[in-house]
Amino acid sequence: MLQSLTLDNSPSLAGFGFRSSPAPQRLPKAMIPIAAPEANAVLSPDFSGLVLAVAQRQDKQAFAQLFGHYAPRVKSYLMRHGADDGQAEEIAQETMLSLWRKAGMFDPSKASAGTWIFTIARNLRIDAIRKSRRPEFDPDDPAFVPDREQAADDSMEAGEMSVRVRGALDSLPEEQAEVVKLSFFEDKPHGEIAKQLDLPLGTVKSRLRLAMRRIRTALGEKEE
Amino acid sequence: MSNLLHHPSEDALLAYAAGTLDEPTSVLVATHLALCPQCRATVQAAEAIGGELMDAMRPTVPVSVTADDLLLMIAGNKPSIETTKVRSDIRFDPAANSNMADPLLPQPLRAYVPGGVESLKWQWMGPGVRYARILNDKSGAKVGLMRIASGTRMPHHGHEDEEFTMVLSGSYRDSFGIYRRGDVETANTEIQHQPVAEDQGDCICLVVTRGELKPTGLFARVLQPLMRM
Repeated sequence: MLQSLTLDNSPSLAGFGFRSSPAPQRLPKAMIPIAAPEANAVLSPDFSGLVLAVAQRQDKQAFAQLFGHYAPRVKSYLMRHGADDGQAEEIAQETMLSLWRKAGMFDPSKASAGTWIFTIARNLRIDAIRKSRRPEFDPDDPAFVPDREQAADDSMEAGEMSVRVRGALDSLPEEQAEVVKLSFFEDKPHGEIAKQLDLPLGTVKSRLRLAMRRIRTALGEKEE
Repeated sequence: MSNLLHHPSEDALLAYAAGTLDEPTSVLVATHLALCPQCRATVQAAEAIGGELMDAMRPTVPVSVTADDLLLMIAGNKPSIETTKVRSDIRFDPAANSNMADPLLPQPLRAYVPGGVESLKWQWMGPGVRYARILNDKSGAKVGLMRIASGTRMPHHGHEDEEFTMVLSGSYRDSFGIYRRGDVETANTEIQHQPVAEDQGDCICLVVTRGELKPTGLFARVLQPLMRM
């Protein structure tokens, strides 16, 4: 736990396809600091369980643990998206407050704690930094087409999902991992990512598609 | 139940999950998601990528408050920062819900057409083709509904930029296939087509455009209004 809180300004190239990458110098922004996976693997607490503890009994210690792990990450994520320190601080706090208030809406069969917190931070960022709305579907809408009934043994635990997604990310070819990371950590349309990497837009898009297919395959989804 | 044939591209779904897709295209993607369990699963997978990447990140900046500070703030019942800011945009009404449900318009599209399809001011664009703008965006992209009378043959055209079309009712056909409710066609500068509305009542589509359409035939050039939607 404490290890994961270490602040480190030097971008690490370890993990997620950045293994000894011959990263071209013109791409410093492509270097996203990522902790070596093994640093967390052993001590990584059950974050989903902690969110459930907050939901079920307003567990303050569980909240403090979640805060310790996620608040600095959320803030760093926001700063990568162009927020200044004050704004990132404010939205990171707001994200953690939402976590406390909305913990009851967390569904561990749908997403891991990290994924759920990512979506909260993302939505607050779109609202506050992009000053834009995020259109979202409404599952209670009469026009909504629900999922097909899932066989009980067909559903996957969020923990299992995390492991598989992480494994698939690690196995992505460098060139795909790079565009995936830029897509999530920079508020840029794919056209600008293409310019930054000096690649045709079609190449960026096809790398993203290939990466998505690999992740979906890892999650056991059928190809259409 | 849902057997849609044509989906938004995976890179568009990923951008939606990353929160980097512009609002106009997000309106179309999210409306498609309401009708497509398969693409919802893809977005869920893409969100899991975002979660894993954030989880594995090495934080570069400290946070200036502690968990206890936040808990005190909650306990003190201090009004916290509002999460949703109210904007003075009368055309957008998230409360436009099922009690006036126009089953044609799934959420979130209904929020952009609070009065339903019949409340729109349709502009004549050409024989059998009408158009109503529902969103202007600072990015220059336009979102609108297009209503094509059944049997209408659109002028053959190309595109200056990316364009997304999603069918809401009726159906149309072009050289790439047949498009029914929920189906999405993505056109780009390399694509020219001549959509023909099939004989099942008006074909109403959600259209996200950037740039102008480019007529390819002499006849089409006469239909200038269509090119400036």
